[in-house]
Amino acid sequence: MDKQSFDVVIVGAGPGGYVTAIRSAQLGLKTAVVEANHLGGICLNWGCIPTKALLRSAEIYHYMNHADAYGLSAGKPGYDLEKIVSRSRGVAKQLNGGVGHLLKKNKVPVFDGWGKLAGGSAGARKVTVEKDGKVFAELTAKNVILATGARARQLPGLEVDGETVWSYREAMVPKAMPKSLIVVGSGAIGIEFASFYRTFGAEVTVVEVMDRVLPVEDAEISKMAEKAFKKQGMNIITGATVKGLKKDGKSVTASVEKGGKVTEITAEKLISAVGIVGNVENIGLEGTKIKVDRTHVEINEWCETGEAGIYAIGDLAGPPWLAHKAEHEGVICIEKIAGVKDVHPLDTGRIPGCTYCHPQVASVGLSEQAAKDKGYDVKVGRFSFVGNGKAIALGEPEGLIKTVFDAKTGELLGAHMIGAEVTELIQGYSVGMTLETTEAELMHTVFPHPTLSEMLHESVLDAYGRVIHM
Amino acid sequence: MPIDILMPALSPTMTEGTLAKWHVKEGDEVSSGDVLAEIETDKATMEVEAVDEGVIAKILIEEGSEGVAVNTAIAILAEEGEDPAEAAKSGGGGGGPAPEAAAEAPKDEPKKESKEEPKEAPKADAKPASAPASGGSRVFASPLAKRIAADAGIDIAAISGSGPHGRVVKADVESAIASGGTKAEAAPAKEAPAAAAKAPAAAAVAPPVISADDPIFQMLPPHEAVPNTNMRKTIAKRLTESARDVPHFNVLADVEIDALLAMRKQLNERDGADYKISVNDMVIKATALALTRVPDCNVAYTDTAVLRFAQVDMAMAVAIDGGLITPIIKDCAAKGLATISKEAKELAGKAREGKLKPEEYQGGTFSISNLGMFGVKSFNSIINAPQGGILSVGAGEQRAVVKDGALAIATVMTLSLAVDHRCIDGAAAAGFMKELKAILQDPIALML
Repeated sequence: MDKQSFDVVIVGAGPGGYVTAIRSAQLGLKTAVVEANHLGGICLNWGCIPTKALLRSAEIYHYMNHADAYGLSAGKPGYDLEKIVSRSRGVAKQLNGGVGHLLKKNKVPVFDGWGKLAGGSAGARKVTVEKDGKVFAELTAKNVILATGARARQLPGLEVDGETVWSYREAMVPKAMPKSLIVVGSGAIGIEFASFYRTFGAEVTVVEVMDRVLPVEDAEISKMAEKAFKKQGMNIITGATVKGLKKDGKSVTASVEKGGKVTEITAEKLISAVGIVGNVENIGLEGTKIKVDRTHVEINEWCETGEAGIYAIGDLAGPPWLAHKAEHEGVICIEKIAGVKDVHPLDTGRIPGCTYCHPQVASVGLSEQAAKDKGYDVKVGRFSFVGNGKAIALGEPEGLIKTVFDAKTGELLGAHMIGAEVTELIQGYSVGMTLETTEAELMHTVFPHPTLSEMLHESVLDAYGRVIHM
Repeated sequence: MPIDILMPALSPTMTEGTLAKWHVKEGDEVSSGDVLAEIETDKATMEVEAVDEGVIAKILIEEGSEGVAVNTAIAILAEEGEDPAEAAKSGGGGGGPAPEAAAEAPKDEPKKESKEEPKEAPKADAKPASAPASGGSRVFASPLAKRIAADAGIDIAAISGSGPHGRVVKADVESAIASGGTKAEAAPAKEAPAAAAKAPAAAAVAPPVISADDPIFQMLPPHEAVPNTNMRKTIAKRLTESARDVPHFNVLADVEIDALLAMRKQLNERDGADYKISVNDMVIKATALALTRVPDCNVAYTDTAVLRFAQVDMAMAVAIDGGLITPIIKDCAAKGLATISKEAKELAGKAREGKLKPEEYQGGTFSISNLGMFGVKSFNSIINAPQGGILSVGAGEQRAVVKDGALAIATVMTLSLAVDHRCIDGAAAAGFMKELKAILQDPIALML
């Protein structure tokens, strides 16, 4: 049995875990990581990154189909799904190797196995590492950070079978392009797959239980997204639930109930994207003071659980379920442990979210409605892509940049975007919000011309009745 | 025009103080001379009087707020005919602390409306355009924090920031508003100019901050954390600076005081004596005389020149509740023993009651600390900078001495002199001790 002692042991090497490990090593703490599957976690191997690779292929395919609009001709576009998937896997593999290299460079040992809390007491926690049914290492740690992440939620009746009913996992490595597809759930994951498969010609039906797609986004953005998806030929059914499935081996038929009326929809495949559950099982939480609320570990503002010296970060610790949230929590947590000055709890109101469907959607902060619900007297700015020179030149005249300000103080409360490259634009407002800018500083900022970013400026101007290009 | 009542500078060196007590509340009418509030400085408690008539429109700084910087607006006064509610909104636009202007009396402030700068007079609804700069140092605050503070009429310079590098952020301003005014702690940036002027070299090195909640103290037995008073902070700051920056050296001498004691007895037993002279009074007088004879020791060091004082203003250390203070007997060499004795008693009494005026404890060219009454033989003191020296007086006790080759008994007192070697050299220090010893052993000299 391998017995070693560390200042910090991190269970899980997803974006939360490995980033925390590197920061921990930078701070001079003796650090180890335990990972059962793959460095980089779901995000890097089966989530954010490989889907971006798939969606890039879809994007280029989309442009090839519209080459004529740019005065280009290239014959009839085609695609090789196997190559698309293999490129996506290659991207994940490259980054996975990169994480391994980074950990090595920072002298963080990786224990390849299943990490589990195994007693000890405050200041000397034990973590066992198990591989192939055998515990091969017992680590003693002053601090343990649990970063075990989450997995797809399984709805009763919608269980993933890997054949006709897929989770994100199967949807990411299709062997053939399905002719038709039902996507249950229109959050970021569902909509990105819907967008990918629709671009390559699948008939796509999206079923959403809420009254609009991308329900966490500003209602105005959801509406524009729905309109764009429908224009692409997607069938969108909102305010609907899947009551049951019938499978015949070659296709799946979903009973979709909307407003008391049940419709049967048949498709070759169905993707279940109805949220996630935290990986709280078999990590040794039983018998500890660590509390679990609906599959997520309860933590304080410094990510500490009910047990002193045991922390939880990322998806395991609750929403928003985003890699960058996990990374930030991890850094805050480890800096607090190391006694770094000026550490501040994470402000979850300033975490941007991006969806890489076509058109892209991005947002940060409060939606217009949420701001009003909180009692703010708001000023709202809107700027459409059609008023932006660069957008026209790109052939992307559809989209909107919306800003929400507190009328009283000029605080930027939220920003919401749809259109080309908005996932790359949102950070401008994130920086602004973190620095606590008011409309005045945003108005004084010089945005380069011609760029899409000029729309960030115009939207702010619009909120105060000073828009130029509209 | 509403008038900002500013935190007064009660002494030339005062940069901040505690607003100990309000004697008025919002809505009270006040006239010139009324006591508005009590301000506790590092050494004394002083009253702030109204210099104008009007109604207290708004109190900006709560009672008990510590570290209120000089020239911070502490209240708003609505003048006759003005609506106090409107005036209350004008709030706190007054300048931040400006150490170089600290000597300015608060009563000068309202005169702003007079001829020189009539346009500058802030209107009742005027919002300060930006955070007031303090002595040229920039207030680090987010734009949003600045705006919210301006709207609420709060001086952002008086709010301590919790953001990166002490930046004042929205949450800090909101909590300051929630607590009814500017937060107590002064922004650290504000003290920088003063500190830098005093000790440029030291300003660059931030000493480690040890707080009472440091984990190290958890290993110690159960204890009570007594918050540092202004006096404690001043003692800590000034003595640390002196011990660190002033090169001290000590000179010791044993003095036989049998003749001195005999003379004291004789003086105190005189018919109609309305004084009671102590040994300490005689040491004060003797020290002053010795300094007059060796003026090289009645000096202070500055970076540009050594200041040589024409008279001896003697600071005497007095232990008081929670610390110590050094009231000053001015021009000691020119005063008689009875006068010195009387002044020393008066000042010590006032010191113990916390009623010393700043001019009674500030300044001084030399210090004496006497712990003889506790029976200590000798000790070394830390110089009360910028003074050049301090004399530590031990107990007078009977000791065996050798006189003319034979053992004898004498009452002996050990004196220890600490001097600043930057301005007093060994020969001068020794020369002073020689004179002092001579005077004390031949006390008739005190009568000259």
